[in-house]
Amino acid sequence: MRTMIAAIALLASAGVCAQETKVMLKDGPGRDKAMQCAACHSLDYIQMNSRFLDKGGWTASVNKMINAFGAPIPKEDVDAIAGYLAQNYGKPPAK
Amino acid sequence: MERSGRQRASRRNFLAGVAGAGALAALSPASRALAGELGGTGALGLAEIPDGTLAEAVMYALPGKVPLIKKTYRPPNFETPVEYFRTPITPNKAFFVRYHLAGIPQPIKAADWNLAVNGDAAGGAAKFTLAQLKKEFKQVELTAVCQCSGNRRGLFEPHVPGVEWGVGAMGNAVWRGVRLKDVLAKVGVKPGALEVVLDGADTAPLAKTPDFVKSLPVDVAMGEDVLIAFDMNGQPLPHWNGFPARLIVPGWTGTYWIKQLASVRVSSTPEKNFWMSTAYRQPRGLFKTPTFSSQLYSPNEPITAMVVNSLITSLRSGQKIPRGKPLEVRGLAWDRGNGIAKVEVSADAGASWAQAKLGKDLGKYSFREFSLSVPTREDGGRVVMARATSSSGETQVEQLVHNPAGYHHNVIQRIYVEVV
Repeated sequence: MRTMIAAIALLASAGVCAQETKVMLKDGPGRDKAMQCAACHSLDYIQMNSRFLDKGGWTASVNKMINAFGAPIPKEDVDAIAGYLAQNYGKPPAK
Repeated sequence: MERSGRQRASRRNFLAGVAGAGALAALSPASRALAGELGGTGALGLAEIPDGTLAEAVMYALPGKVPLIKKTYRPPNFETPVEYFRTPITPNKAFFVRYHLAGIPQPIKAADWNLAVNGDAAGGAAKFTLAQLKKEFKQVELTAVCQCSGNRRGLFEPHVPGVEWGVGAMGNAVWRGVRLKDVLAKVGVKPGALEVVLDGADTAPLAKTPDFVKSLPVDVAMGEDVLIAFDMNGQPLPHWNGFPARLIVPGWTGTYWIKQLASVRVSSTPEKNFWMSTAYRQPRGLFKTPTFSSQLYSPNEPITAMVVNSLITSLRSGQKIPRGKPLEVRGLAWDRGNGIAKVEVSADAGASWAQAKLGKDLGKYSFREFSLSVPTREDGGRVVMARATSSSGETQVEQLVHNPAGYHHNVIQRIYVEVV
């Protein structure tokens, strides 16, 4: 919840346009942690990059945001965020 | 062998087209009418962009723009719908928008803008206002395609992460400005100059995020056709396309065309920030494009200039053509400045090809129109293809040259139409 509030505060300060606020992430465990992504970009980046990454792919993306772009996401949140993204925006399991 | 491979490819695309048509039928009539504009690529006879990308896309007009295909709001990434590629010049209001970092500048007043020129390999340092640039240097006009390195990334199979562009992260405009080399000559360029480093007014949202800074080899930067442009199609640049001034690097991909250009630094060492050393790189030697020799310090190399490409704009997969009425195949072709030598069209899945008529030559960096009328004497399905070849003999590929960042997609389109 604390991260959710932090993310919302960041959203308010980031010059977010009205349309962007209509972009909603799917409900599910880890959603509040994934909201941290909105500190630097609109959350439509997530849906746009779906559904073709597996958990490994999403982990690589989140780590790139931390290591290359300096996203202030705690290391211990990476697994929960990647898990949420894989579950809700990941590659469908092979049939 | 090759023939049967082609037939398989055509069949695969036909099936993909049918699947795409099914997905469209599931949409409401209003959405369906817009479906083409929303950036789906199946109807263009190309692999489909990711389903999440299609679900996220809406038509949205940024201030001063017509509705474009929204990829992301922040930073703004908006794609030009296909209908605007039915003319060789892309209207300013429909020109695609691409920013990397959310700290995009508020509209800048032309009078407040200036350009800093300096660097360890510059003869000195200077600042120029827009009025000075316009007055003190010879103005030049040229027509050139600006294409995002990742145009058509969404069509990669398997998909790769990034901005999932369809076919419209590109545009062609008449640019007016002054030569970068003239501005650099005024300040002086030392013999040890290696790269020219370019920075725009956009900023990173966090202190730790690398600012978007790019460099060019000094010989490219000093080329005749590299401009600091302030006009686009006879009008000042739109804010979203770099007002008051941006760099024009004809033939090279859009990543080097720095918008809201703020500084030009002449450097004796390779620029090694994230956007040069890590991003915008491709496996070394995979494409026959110019080599950026001072940037070869890792296993890959920077993307440089564009590969030859074309886009059919007059047909969509699934379209029905009345028998007896000719099949009008029209579109655009472009390359990195060798010029388009020919565009061939096939209406039988690549079994035979005929040369299309080329439109007016607007310059070697411009879109070139092509058209061919194909008679339709018999009922049945037809796979229509177009293949552009440049004056250097480079031609479009049959199979995707896959690469991790999703660059240089120039696979030949295969559009399925039905003569009825």
